[in-house]
Amino acid sequence: MNPSHVVSSSGKAELQAQRIRAAMLFLIPMIAALVLVAAYPLFRSIYFSFTDTSLSNLYGGQWIGFDNYLSWRTLPSGKTIFRGTLVDPAWWNAVWNTVRFAFVSVTLEATLGMIVALVLNAEFRGRGLVRAAILIPWAIPTIVSAKMWSWMLNDQFGIINNILMKLGIISQKIAWTASVDTAMFAVLIVDIWKTTPFMALLCLAGLQMVPKDVYEASKIDGIHPVKVFFKITLPLVKPALMVAIIFRMLDALRIFDLIYVLTPNSSTTKTMSIISRENMIEFDKFAYGSAQSTLLFTFIALFVILYIWLGKVDLSGDNK
Amino acid sequence: MKILQTLAFYLLVLVIVVVSVFPFYYAILTSFKTGTSLFEVDYWPTSFSLSNYYSVFQQGEFLRNILNSIFVATMTVALALLMAVTASYALARVRFRGRGLLLMTILAVSMFPQIAVLSGLFEMIRFIGIYNTPWALILSYTIFTLPFTVWVLTTFMRDLPVEIEEAAIVDGATPWQIITKVFLPLMWPALVTTGLLAFIGAWNEFLFALTFTSSNETRTVPVAISLLSGATQYETPWGIIMAASVLVTVPIIILVLIFQRKIVAGLTAGGVKG
Repeated sequence: MNPSHVVSSSGKAELQAQRIRAAMLFLIPMIAALVLVAAYPLFRSIYFSFTDTSLSNLYGGQWIGFDNYLSWRTLPSGKTIFRGTLVDPAWWNAVWNTVRFAFVSVTLEATLGMIVALVLNAEFRGRGLVRAAILIPWAIPTIVSAKMWSWMLNDQFGIINNILMKLGIISQKIAWTASVDTAMFAVLIVDIWKTTPFMALLCLAGLQMVPKDVYEASKIDGIHPVKVFFKITLPLVKPALMVAIIFRMLDALRIFDLIYVLTPNSSTTKTMSIISRENMIEFDKFAYGSAQSTLLFTFIALFVILYIWLGKVDLSGDNK
Repeated sequence: MKILQTLAFYLLVLVIVVVSVFPFYYAILTSFKTGTSLFEVDYWPTSFSLSNYYSVFQQGEFLRNILNSIFVATMTVALALLMAVTASYALARVRFRGRGLLLMTILAVSMFPQIAVLSGLFEMIRFIGIYNTPWALILSYTIFTLPFTVWVLTTFMRDLPVEIEEAAIVDGATPWQIITKVFLPLMWPALVTTGLLAFIGAWNEFLFALTFTSSNETRTVPVAISLLSGATQYETPWGIIMAASVLVTVPIIILVLIFQRKIVAGLTAGGVKG
């Protein structure tokens, strides 16, 4: 028996215990901050959704159970009246708008992002310039992009109508952001313009992890590049792409600022976040709005669980 | 055939560049126009007048709004980094039970729909008495800056080799000394990138800023721009709005272009870990 060996082994355990104690201390400020700004407010928001709290009477709310979500009363005539968010057509309109927006925007952003990433992954002169250029939409604040585009999409003086008229694609000026037929289209254009760069950069990072000799081997074997993309590149990039898509999806499902500025008051683009804040702050239906925000939270949580479960996505990167 | 392919490729490159850059170029073009020329569509610069830029500072409290934005974003980022450095050391370098769960929770918070905490935060901010002050924003922005900085710094620290720490442990350094003497000097690049990304996030934030401030003097830039209006409701001062937009965007774009390599690395560290 070597005595020094015994000492060092118990010293190692002591050291590990000391490190864990220090780690706990290091984590306390962060955990405390997250409880303060995330956990507690979330808990209060959910609580508010079960009360009749109003903005003017924040502390006098009474517990009313599920009434903000759904309640019913049978009239003497035998007719039953339903009330609450779950039977509110405005809410379901917002749900539908949000889901449609999220699905279409993320699908197009992933496709276009992949195309841009493939371009950036090729070697050509001026590649650095292109990468710098696509960072510009990403860097511009959302509110600023919304304003820039609402000027470009302006019905009377906008450049988009001007271009389309000159090219003969449209014969009369379109009120992109105001008309019910095109408002969602306008929102999609701006969102795709702004977010495709982010998708492209995430896809590019995935593409760069594909070893170069794979391409060389398939080139020698004379396989068509399109086939190489779908059979080799895409499966290899898929994990990275799945993570990028879920990040974007969650972002799209909570969209607020772009729509608030670009198409205010348009019922065809009103999303869950918009309608919830509107009720909470502007219509003095604080508790009702909280119920809607709680529903959005539940919806997103279920979506994440489903996505991780079905896609077997490793978000933590722990087992690499 | 080969030439045609190359041509098509460069055409695609051109489209990407033009589409990316044109809206901002057009905003700059518009910001230099005044009077009736504003309502004529031009593709090339025709006039160069700074009167819109002058007007931005004349009406409202735009300078104050810029200072508010700088103050709020800087404080938020400083606080987040302060807490994130120690937390990410613990998460990246020390094995303890529940670490995976904690990391997942942090990631979940960073993907939170912010509207879900809006009413709870509103109550808290009213209760503490910081409604309509920058502190309301600094408090609420922590919900997205802190998880983000912790997450990115953790991925960065996890990739550093074990050896750099071992020598310090053998010398009997405490965990605090290891962070300040060993890791901090290595982490400056990561701190700058993460800080910059968090700064951009805070600079651009809209929902909380709109809800938790109510007067011209306390608003941040995005809210101020969204509320810029003309003499009448039907007269939108596009020239002034574009001038304000250019003013708040140019510094961000310059920063992004300077740090572009690091930013791309930082963005992908958050997302892609295949």
